Amino acid sequence: MFELRYFEDVVSLECDREKCIGCGMCAVVCPHAVFTVKEKKASMIARNLCMECGACMRNCPTGAITVEAGEGCVRAIINELLGLEGPCC
Amino acid sequence: MNTPVDGKSPMMVLPMAKEVPAGAGTFRLPAVDQCFVLGRVTTKVGQVPSVGSELFTKDLYGHFLVRWNIGRDHFTVEPGLYALGDPTVDSPVLVTANYKMTFDLLRRTLVGRHVWILVLDTKGINVWCAAGKGTFGTEEMLDRIQASRLGEVVSHRQLIVPQLGAPGLAAFEIKKHAGFRVSYGPVMMEDLPEFLDNGYQATAKMRIKKFPFKERLVLIPVELMQGLQQGIWLIAFFMLLGGLVGDGPFVQAAFINGLPPSLAVLVGIAAGNVVTPLLLPWIPGRAFSIKGAISGLVVFFIVFAASGIWAMDYSWPAGLSWLLITLAVSSWFGMAFTGASTFTSLNGVRKEMLRAMPAQFIGIVAGVILWAVSVWSG
Repeated sequence: MFELRYFEDVVSLECDREKCIGCGMCAVVCPHAVFTVKEKKASMIARNLCMECGACMRNCPTGAITVEAGEGCVRAIINELLGLEGPCC
Repeated sequence: MNTPVDGKSPMMVLPMAKEVPAGAGTFRLPAVDQCFVLGRVTTKVGQVPSVGSELFTKDLYGHFLVRWNIGRDHFTVEPGLYALGDPTVDSPVLVTANYKMTFDLLRRTLVGRHVWILVLDTKGINVWCAAGKGTFGTEEMLDRIQASRLGEVVSHRQLIVPQLGAPGLAAFEIKKHAGFRVSYGPVMMEDLPEFLDNGYQATAKMRIKKFPFKERLVLIPVELMQGLQQGIWLIAFFMLLGGLVGDGPFVQAAFINGLPPSLAVLVGIAAGNVVTPLLLPWIPGRAFSIKGAISGLVVFFIVFAASGIWAMDYSWPAGLSWLLITLAVSSWFGMAFTGASTFTSLNGVRKEMLRAMPAQFIGIVAGVILWAVSVWSG
């Protein structure tokens, strides 16, 4: 009850099990416990909690994780929609 | 062990490397004449500025100002290596950002400890936001390790990096290019002592970012100031046009016609920037724009009823116009709070904005037109 959650089924997070070597770094860096390591492979157990910060992708040594990471702030997105380059917050 | 060679930036070999800034990687220790530096510690590479855990009035006054969005862009410490207490070659190295608030809270958290603090140049931005921008990143870290000759200052090859810095840097690349092993510390600074005492092990709970009331509360002044900076133009517009178009002397007409919509703007700002953040989990809806609009609706009726304006002799289009103005403004600022929240995603916010912005636009335009009509015909 009263849990802070954003939309369901909206994030771009993908994990390629073939490339995964099960190092578990994604599970360490994720601030929302999206990943766990099961049978020596990363498994997304809470994909909808992903906030697309990109920590898992950046720290994955085999490039198994992809996510459209970026600043989800209003000004950055308005700049993007208008095709402008500009600073965010 | 692979200590970077002087004069040659390890960034060069990175596929993801950005342009090398001038002077990157050149040996440099932070200045000792910064106001918070207590003394210096002699190391193999020179005199490293030392700091303590105690925060003084001038530090806390600085925190107060930036919490109110004053001088927030220039609240920095010089990047580089610092000593907290009296560390030795075996002491831990903690990495942080050069936002002075971050640096101060870190040293206050580590009271009674002797550690090295490696401050990255994040242009005065906190760790998490800087990591998102990439300034708290692999290249900067490699440069700063080299520029501080860290490999000569300490005998071990271990760095403690905040977990929320992980979006900006890759632990395996730091290991590969600088020879330092990155241990990701807890999300929250307050867990650092326990993390350090437990042999650099974070519990599962320490790895999760929450967004409790206290954290939302400290954001309110900055949100409010930013809201007022945007809203002031709308208020000026209503007062000016209300005075010019309405009957009677300018000041009186501005007061009668311009004050209610200006109050509606202020109500929208308060609802979007104060009520929405504070009551975030309890306001219905997942979209922040919806939460903002709901707060706006409630606060609008409370304020306009309590102030007695609702009972005054204004026409119904005037009343409706104020409501629309409040809803558009509160929804907008509620939506803007996604940027400060800790659980919204880029794709989610983009989706929300594409749906909410047309409604907010229609709301404010319809509100202004209705108001203009009510003033004109009143």
